Amino acid sequence: MALFLEQLLNGLTVGSVYAVVALGYTMVYGVLRLINFAHGELFMLGAYLGFTLLVATGLGGALPLGLALLLLLLVVMGAVALLGLVIERVAYRPLRRANRLTAVVSALGVSIFLQNGAMLLWGPRYRAYPAWALPEVRWTVAGLHLSLMQVVILAVALVLMVGLYLLIQKTMLGTAIRATAIDHDTARLMGINVDRIIQFIFFIGPALGAAAGVLLGLYYRQVHFTMGWIYGLKAFTAAILGGIGNIPGAMIGGLLLGILEMLGAGYLSAAWKDAFVFMILILLLILRPTGLLGERVAEKV
Amino acid sequence: MGVSDGRLASDARLAGAGSQVEGPARALLMAALVAAGGALPLVLSDYWLDVAIFWGIYALLGLSLNLIVGEVGLFNMGHTAFFAIGAYGTVLLNQAWGLSLWLLMPLSGLLAAAAGYGLSRPIIHLRGDYLLVATIGLNEILRVTLVNNPWGLTGGPNGLILLDQFTVLGRRLDDPAAFYYLVWGVVGLVVWALLRLQHSRIGRAWNCVREDEVAAEAMGIDVRQAKLLAFVLGAGLAGAAGTLYAAKMVVVSPESFTFMEAVILFAIVVLGGLGSIPGVLVGSAAMMVLPEVLRDFAQYRMLFFGAAMALMMVFRPQGLWPSRRWSRQLTGEREP
Repeated sequence: MALFLEQLLNGLTVGSVYAVVALGYTMVYGVLRLINFAHGELFMLGAYLGFTLLVATGLGGALPLGLALLLLLLVVMGAVALLGLVIERVAYRPLRRANRLTAVVSALGVSIFLQNGAMLLWGPRYRAYPAWALPEVRWTVAGLHLSLMQVVILAVALVLMVGLYLLIQKTMLGTAIRATAIDHDTARLMGINVDRIIQFIFFIGPALGAAAGVLLGLYYRQVHFTMGWIYGLKAFTAAILGGIGNIPGAMIGGLLLGILEMLGAGYLSAAWKDAFVFMILILLLILRPTGLLGERVAEKV
Repeated sequence: MGVSDGRLASDARLAGAGSQVEGPARALLMAALVAAGGALPLVLSDYWLDVAIFWGIYALLGLSLNLIVGEVGLFNMGHTAFFAIGAYGTVLLNQAWGLSLWLLMPLSGLLAAAAGYGLSRPIIHLRGDYLLVATIGLNEILRVTLVNNPWGLTGGPNGLILLDQFTVLGRRLDDPAAFYYLVWGVVGLVVWALLRLQHSRIGRAWNCVREDEVAAEAMGIDVRQAKLLAFVLGAGLAGAAGTLYAAKMVVVSPESFTFMEAVILFAIVVLGGLGSIPGVLVGSAAMMVLPEVLRDFAQYRMLFFGAAMALMMVFRPQGLWPSRRWSRQLTGEREP
């Protein structure tokens, strides 16, 4: 039972990071029907930028730690969001009317570009987040070990997810985004600037991905230029698991994927955990072909 | 779009009108291309001959994936799984019974085709991106399995070594020139067969499914059967290419069959032009030869490669050599 709870907590922590990354995939997909394969790379760049800023500024000396981390997150999110805008302009916008797979290959090209750019900038070796970034504090609650790191990650991820949910469901902008996701042309008739909405999506998505990158860097302490592939693939899987294009689906998918992965690692074997995750995914898709919360899209005849 | 006689006639007329060279000139051009290809080993260094060999193997893989992604429009981003099954099957069967590679090529094709049938059957009904992630998943499961070395069969991360080689009258075909002729001979045969297939009833049915499943169903095409057939044929062809790959590489290991490899195959098909056989040849040249040309840029090589991939799509969204049927649809022209 202790192992179960322990792994459940670890799974929730990692899963909440997956969920935040998955939101970026699912939002872009919802509005553009595009699998943005470069999203994992933006997550990786977020992790690297966080690393560089932490090391370069020696953050935490002058400011209280909480404020310093918040500032760090905001700066990294802003920088990566701007990059997201540039990528949309250069690699995706010219392809909006082309075949869907064309944009997918363009995204894969951007992904290779960013990955190798990161390798050139930061080197091919693993870089380690400084140990002083967050103090090692642990509590034991009812036999369960809880670290400050996990609390911070869960809290930040929760704030981001709730914030996004409120933005999408309760504001004018969110309504416009949902309208655009349903039908570009009709949205345009309603006076919505669809290009602006798409730009906004490419601003918010990468910002979320970058935040997740910093969180994961803090958690696992190491960053590598190939991490975008691996975590990107997992987050994308999470988005599919929940039903792609569906925002609550991405959140649930991310958490579920993290939990399944950690339970698989704890009870089966760490070497097989990735295979285990994908087996669950395929089984689930066989039973529910559009993911957990995915809607059955009516066939246009 | 119906598969009627009128369609057949107009398609033939359009095919004639669309190409710049016709009749004897076209035959002459083909002969010149074949002669140039045949003379290549005389002028190329062993290094570039190796590049040409890999180009040929990836052209085969691209052609096999084109059946699935290009002709039927099924998003398969786990195609390396079948390639891996062919390569591993070749080595294992050769080790176990010492079968000749000439026999193993069709045999690993059959093995991969059977695997393709078994693996795609439960997921073939998935739509678009859900199928894409399911195939990625299959590929990852297979790769993890290969790494974890079940029952000591796959040799773990180090992989397996193929001791045998293709032989003709007792002569091993392991010098680059001989292997080059072998690979491109197979490519030629496959291209010829696929061109026939493209113009057959099956090929037309596939394209019909790609354009509109509901209309295809209404035309009396068994959509599920058509999709499965494409998957099985594509998987089988990739498996046969696996034998060539194993013979070329000698060492077969899991790192040759990663997600990145599947991405490259996918890019070959889209870059060349979906459903276009010459497109696959051009696309695989771009993906295989371009990185070699960029070798001068040393560590910036892959950076340029990624940028080139995105830019090629931005400037030629229809692919480098689009299929005629497909290009008409992209430019918004009405189907004949």
